[in-house]
Amino acid sequence: MRHNLSAIWMVARREFTDQFRDWRIVVPMLVLVTVFPFIADDTTRQAVNFMNRYGGSIILDHLIPFVVLVIGFFPLSFTLVVALESFVGEKERGTIEPLLSSPLDDLHLYLGKLLVGISTPLVFSYTSIGIYLLLVSRREVAFPSAYILALVLLLTFAHAVLMVSSAIVISVQATTIRSANLLASFVVVPVAFLLQGETFLIFWGNEDVLWFAIVGVTLLAALLVRLGLSHFRREYLLGREIDTLNFKVIGRTFRDRFKGQAESIFEWYRIELPLTLKQLRQPLMIVVGIAVIAGIASYLWVVANVPTYLDLSPERLTRFRTLIADNLVNLDEQLPAAPILFYSNARLIVISLLLGLVSFGTLGLALFIGNVAFWGGLLGGAQLVGYAPWLVFVTGLLPHGLFELPAFFLATAAMLKVGAQLVTPQPDKSLGEILLLSLADWCRIFVGIVLPLLVTAALIEIYVTPQLIKLAFSP
Amino acid sequence: MIETNDLSKQFNNDFWAVDGVTLNVQPGKILALLGQNGAGKTTTVRMLTALLRPTRGWARVAGYDVTKNPKEIRSNVGVLTEQHGLYMRMTGEEYLDFFGNVYGLDPQARKARSDYLLQYFGIAEAARRRCGEYSKGMKQKLALARALMHDPSVLLLDEPTSAMDPESSRLVRDEIARLRSSQRTIIICTHNLAEAESLADSIAIIYRGKVLLNGTLDELKRIVLGPVEYEAKFARNFDAGKLDLPPGVTLAACSADCLRFRIEVPQAANPVLVHTLTSRNAPLVSFQEVPRKLEQVYLKTMADAQGVTYAA
Repeated sequence: MRHNLSAIWMVARREFTDQFRDWRIVVPMLVLVTVFPFIADDTTRQAVNFMNRYGGSIILDHLIPFVVLVIGFFPLSFTLVVALESFVGEKERGTIEPLLSSPLDDLHLYLGKLLVGISTPLVFSYTSIGIYLLLVSRREVAFPSAYILALVLLLTFAHAVLMVSSAIVISVQATTIRSANLLASFVVVPVAFLLQGETFLIFWGNEDVLWFAIVGVTLLAALLVRLGLSHFRREYLLGREIDTLNFKVIGRTFRDRFKGQAESIFEWYRIELPLTLKQLRQPLMIVVGIAVIAGIASYLWVVANVPTYLDLSPERLTRFRTLIADNLVNLDEQLPAAPILFYSNARLIVISLLLGLVSFGTLGLALFIGNVAFWGGLLGGAQLVGYAPWLVFVTGLLPHGLFELPAFFLATAAMLKVGAQLVTPQPDKSLGEILLLSLADWCRIFVGIVLPLLVTAALIEIYVTPQLIKLAFSP
Repeated sequence: MIETNDLSKQFNNDFWAVDGVTLNVQPGKILALLGQNGAGKTTTVRMLTALLRPTRGWARVAGYDVTKNPKEIRSNVGVLTEQHGLYMRMTGEEYLDFFGNVYGLDPQARKARSDYLLQYFGIAEAARRRCGEYSKGMKQKLALARALMHDPSVLLLDEPTSAMDPESSRLVRDEIARLRSSQRTIIICTHNLAEAESLADSIAIIYRGKVLLNGTLDELKRIVLGPVEYEAKFARNFDAGKLDLPPGVTLAACSADCLRFRIEVPQAANPVLVHTLTSRNAPLVSFQEVPRKLEQVYLKTMADAQGVTYAA
């Protein structure tokens, strides 16, 4: 342990020395840290005056935590410069090879650089926040509670880890600073959106809601650190000289994996697809477990809590039932055509994959949980209105759900598998190769099982389910 | 000791950078790897340093397998990379201290070794200057000092004297020769054929990832350029007429005052040949081997590999 820490510190110390002797890093940082809090303080003063004159206490109450978040974020943007430099910069300057030829472990190199990438901007960031808080404490404005300040500082820390870990992943994968900078937009843009989301939470949400952001960002950051560690390989840093997209090799690798050894479609269904399905056993169990929990939890929550939010007097319930009965008469006309329904479901699954790809499965899983929770909530709502939830389930969900639910479960399990594969060390494969092979596996499930199931489900949902609902619930 | 067998490396599943390289370098010997840019020399060295994993074949360096014991290999190998790889904002002293630390030397040993190397390579005065201020030659010397910092048993040197002035080159060559005499195993990748000729015990010529030739300089000369040639010079015109040449000797060229012979086994044939000439009262002034350089071997090998005619 002590040896590991000392090796990590050795790498980090050299990087610190290097950085603090580079005026291109030190000067802008110092300017940012010392000048920006004064600008922000003045802006706060003007905003406070404006709101005291014209009103807007909600904004006023949350203004300082918001400014703290922003001030903390600016120096963090330097994490990208530092982290992108860490591997690809060293490679470009030719300094990486002597370091990689040394007996230092991959873990020491990676964590040493991660430590520098996080700590330097974070120190500047906290200093900047400190200066701002000091300035603003002189003003006649409600100073934020220690609790919310702690939350914002934690969030700033999580941002730093998130940005550095993703920048290091880029730095390891890229072969030139130029390509790394281009890839950095994949960090900057999502983090900018994230910041907007957090701002929304600060202004309009309960401050406790910030915990969700902290947990979410930390989880994502941890997965990125894991991804970086599992794919940090000396060979990868030295094995390639230029970034080239070899479409021939990409196409061949994907096709070979998708097709497998099968000589015919029949053989593919008989031999290849079961192999992929076998690998999905564990993620499938997780997905089914989560679905059951989310569905039941949502159902119970709606039954227990909705009556406290909504007026569910007998008159109102009668109005609800009448409205539903009126809609049931024209149910056929209100439903979309089967191809549109099929397209919509297939699109949802593709969106879930895309979200899963950028979040190692977590956002895709969140979308799935949201869907299941919606259905659980609907059944709870049905009970509140006075319908038997089991009857709603059997008539309104089960007929097409027999096909649609397995399709969604399988697609989500396959998406989770893609995310898991990305963060699993596979020494003989590059990150691109792993992504390609995982996507080919996902496509096997999507094309071979999910799409046929969705077609069947869409046809049943349009032609069978409405009839059963009418039969069960028409007055 | 360095041993490789069928060592191969494929990139992107379609390009063999190194293909079936088999080498054997004993302690106290120097192997020079020659070849064009992109021939696979650096990739070979990187596999020997356990930086790249071989796609096929195996290699043992300092008694360790490159795939099974990468850390042990890196601890026992000193590498001078193609680019000097110095941190420009560090001083020479700090740089050596950092790498000494990386290789596990204690502070006193680091200081002593670093002082010795800086002194030896004549850069002690610049020890406290930042590497960015060094000249090209000084940078190369410091990089070499880094490779020697942990006193490794195996040295892999990529262009060790590039960018150096003649005196510094000589210094480095002397140091490499000294390291050989202390039983180090050394591989040098170089384009400097004179350097390879003067330092190497054996030479391997590599082309498109494959070793075309591997052996001592004499063996390579014999294989590529044929038997050794000797030239007899005469004080005046000499009519050789029909010379009775000993076995294994053929007449390669002939002029009025000079004869050139191609000789299979000089040790056996030369005394007989000289006796034959003198018995014919040839006014022999000199009888000596026609010098053949590594450059000729290299250029002819490359020309043959590329299917072009070698212009001697």
